[in-house]
Amino acid sequence: MSEIREMLVESATKIMKDFCTKELINEAESGVWAEDLWNIVEESGLTTIAVPEEAGGTGGSYGDALSLLRIAGKYSAPIPLAETLLANWLLAEVGLPISSKPLTLSPVDNNVVTFNETEGGWGVSGIVKQVPWASLVEGIVVVGKFKDQYMIAKIDPNNCLISQGSNLAGEPRNNIEIQNQFVPSNGVAFGTDGLVSRFAHLGILVKSVLMAGALERVLELTTAYTKERSQFGRPIHRFQAIQHHLASLSGETAAAKVVTDYGIEAIDINQFETEAMIAKIRVGEAASISVPIAHQVLGAIGFTDEHILQHSTRRLWAWRDENGTEVEWAEKFGEQVINAGPEALWPSVTGINKNPISSH
Amino acid sequence: MSKALKLPIVELPENIDKLRDEVRSFIAEERSKGTFEPQCDSWLGGFSAEFSRKLGERGWIGMTWPKKYGGHERSSLERFVVTEELLAAGAPVAAHWIADRQSGTLLLRYGTEEQRNFYLPKIAKGESYFVIGLSEPNSGSDLASLSSMATKADGGWVLNGSKLWTSGAHHSHYMIALVRTAPLNPENRHQGLSQFVVDLAAPGVTVRPIRLMTGEHHFNEVIFEDVFIPDGSLVGKVGDGWKQGMAELAYERSGPERFLSTLPLLTELLNTIQLDPDRHTKIEVGKLVARLWTLRKMSLGVAGLLEKGVTPSLMAALVKDLGTQFEKQLAETARLLVSSNPSVTSSSAFERRLAEAILHSPGFTLRGGTTEILRGIIAKEVVAK
Repeated sequence: MSEIREMLVESATKIMKDFCTKELINEAESGVWAEDLWNIVEESGLTTIAVPEEAGGTGGSYGDALSLLRIAGKYSAPIPLAETLLANWLLAEVGLPISSKPLTLSPVDNNVVTFNETEGGWGVSGIVKQVPWASLVEGIVVVGKFKDQYMIAKIDPNNCLISQGSNLAGEPRNNIEIQNQFVPSNGVAFGTDGLVSRFAHLGILVKSVLMAGALERVLELTTAYTKERSQFGRPIHRFQAIQHHLASLSGETAAAKVVTDYGIEAIDINQFETEAMIAKIRVGEAASISVPIAHQVLGAIGFTDEHILQHSTRRLWAWRDENGTEVEWAEKFGEQVINAGPEALWPSVTGINKNPISSH
Repeated sequence: MSKALKLPIVELPENIDKLRDEVRSFIAEERSKGTFEPQCDSWLGGFSAEFSRKLGERGWIGMTWPKKYGGHERSSLERFVVTEELLAAGAPVAAHWIADRQSGTLLLRYGTEEQRNFYLPKIAKGESYFVIGLSEPNSGSDLASLSSMATKADGGWVLNGSKLWTSGAHHSHYMIALVRTAPLNPENRHQGLSQFVVDLAAPGVTVRPIRLMTGEHHFNEVIFEDVFIPDGSLVGKVGDGWKQGMAELAYERSGPERFLSTLPLLTELLNTIQLDPDRHTKIEVGKLVARLWTLRKMSLGVAGLLEKGVTPSLMAALVKDLGTQFEKQLAETARLLVSSNPSVTSSSAFERRLAEAILHSPGFTLRGGTTEILRGIIAKEVVAK
């Protein structure tokens, strides 16, 4: 890890640890905007990381941003930081103005948003489901189509019909109706298949690092609980049955960490699609193994709202299904592996012979 | 995250690709000559003195050891690459495996100059094979309870007792045995243990086969009856055996052989399903390869720590636990994806690999520390951090 990234991770950890209290997360779930947390994150320049300074961003790399998001995931930060970063990266990539304010990016590979040419600009229409945080952001970046051409624009949520909704963790997930919203020509950009595919994979990598962070938290909380809680006259970590749970949890968490570490590493050299798929598959599995273990170990208290474990476990339950489940990505990845054939398997696992398993 | 659970990112240097290509060409050449058929668990079941000698000639045994002892002064990452290539190909590497992986390394670390000069060059040539002398009939997971005893005599020691599950003892030359040199102290059972090189041809040594359920002969019981071991056979210090033996385990637990034992089956699986894979098959293959890819990076991370001189006992245990589960899972997934009649005598390569994988699978999560013992170690370390 570079020194800059280490400093970033350290200061982000401090902010998240101080601000993401049990009260704040619970309030956010009931619909209160986490104003103070957002403000300090915005003031620290964290909402535009990996957008070049010349484009008005903070600079740094995607890897820096993903390292930051792993911390945000670890502390269940109840703000659309991941969504804002993704939206800004896409805006910057196509040369549209970015923003440090809360944004979101609607699902990129869709056929539901249409762009129609009008006087001086474009009319954008469509019904998009499950847009994260749409009810609380200042701009929604949408990808849609004009004929066969991908188009990108930032639209105003105030002029959309937005229905209330949330995921298993109580994070806003809204269906939105965009009703022929006018966007001036200079607010619209063209996109390519490659760009859309890259952002779909960026989306799963982002989700994977958030999940890897949440898994770290689950392991910490579970381990701590086994030291504090005594039954039959001794701390429960002394029981072999609990030790086996802790070992499985440690293994899954370590695997999630390693697989996202390599995703983060890959993204800075710009060939990250395979790593992103592998991360979503493996971290999804880790979540599905780890969450039941943590809840089993913590007993009844762990699934009350009095204990903070549920902030992380409900996020893991929600996030593993978003941007495609591990099974959907495993199908895509498995198909590539099978098509590449038996002779290509080992060379592609070891990364030599120019990646015979490619995502295109 | 607990620092103890972190692994470094290891980028293999570019020049390692050349080495990898050399190993692949060698394997391809041997395959085309019909020297070997890929097999599952080849580091236990694939004994070939001829193949080991060829690897020795190419400098692929004792790779990391100093040249003056017949080694090649290459990095442990280079050794990792050679090892993983041989295992992925299911090549017969059992003969020299233990000697290369741990016995030689132990002698290099704790042995005398005389021992290094005597044993290491022969190991590196692929001509001298070692076995592990840890488990005993009454000491398995509870290793510290072992009772084989060496008693001081004039000019050496007299050894009595026996060692169990010694894979390959019937065609190996030496054992590094962990034995008592002082009576058991119930207050500190790790005291009074020492390590010796025992010549398996010495008078009083009996090697008794214990066949696997397949009828294959890999395991043995090695019985010592008043075996005289000269003073020069002591490895390290009297009484330090436990500590020395534990250091050996990090090497034993984290290598590619802890997740690649059934890889030849995955290759055959892909061969079998290639033409018309359904959705379920794609999903299962995708998951398996995602796991494999992640495990390899984890194993590489442990190799990276060993290269830096760290002894990552927690992470080695953790990678072995996950890796050996994967080895079994691969066999189970393959079985459920393709209807077949697994048999070691089948005319289908898939059925032969599947049979090997199933029949050898109980061993994966037993050898080198059972899953239960590993999980105890992992939990204790995680709680302690």
